[in-house]
Amino acid sequence: MSSLTTLKSRLSCVRGLGSAKEGAAHWWAQRLTAIALVPLVFWLAASLAALSGAEHGAVVAWLRGPVAPVMMIAFLVAGFHHLQLGMQVVIEDYVHSEAAKITFIIIVKLGSVLAALISVLSVLRIALGS
Amino acid sequence: MVQDDRPLSPHLQIYKFQFTSVLSILHRMTGVALGLGTLFLVGWLVAAAAGPEWFQDARAVAGSWPGGLVLLGFTWSLFYHLCNGIRHLFWDIGMGFELTTARLSGWCVVLSSFSLTAAAWAVGVFGLGSIP
Repeated sequence: MSSLTTLKSRLSCVRGLGSAKEGAAHWWAQRLTAIALVPLVFWLAASLAALSGAEHGAVVAWLRGPVAPVMMIAFLVAGFHHLQLGMQVVIEDYVHSEAAKITFIIIVKLGSVLAALISVLSVLRIALGS
Repeated sequence: MVQDDRPLSPHLQIYKFQFTSVLSILHRMTGVALGLGTLFLVGWLVAAAAGPEWFQDARAVAGSWPGGLVLLGFTWSLFYHLCNGIRHLFWDIGMGFELTTARLSGWCVVLSSFSLTAAAWAVGVFGLGSIP
């Protein structure tokens, strides 16, 4: 909005367009999940490196331990939330056709929820299995 | 509102890449790569939950040379995005914006990402350490 095409003052132009205390929600959620992911990624990388080439039985035993299922589910929840927030920004920045942009964002958001559900359920099936 | 004097994004066709800007775009690229790579982790967990036969297939994929290449790329992307993400968190609290500091922290990220990748693969290949 240019000051030459409206009689409104600059203050009046921005009133009602700013943050209603939730403008930073996306930014904040991305940082919060990032902080959670710092220890979780170190744990995951160390665990997967130690499990490299492991048989099915060893992986099942590991996911039935006291620590691994909690850390793995925490990683999956924080990770997929962080992933879809980040992908949303990338899509918004680089996809300029409105239809394609909305389509990609829907795919990423719903796909992340689905992938998170599938992987968390897999961990639970192993952890709680007999 | 007057828009003419607002800053513009870099115009990529005439933009001269700098060390810090390359690190910046790498953060996004590794982020997208990790998003796709996480699907392999989902597949690995699903295979583990489905039983030994399925898991054997997942092991075969991870153990093949294309699978190994993806795993190596995933490992480096993970550590790069982690280290540079920590760098971003310091910027978020207003620390490290000076040009010399930003370059130094950038080199720390590059070196850490390669060192941590080497360490993780040393553990994986030589079977060091116990499962945390």
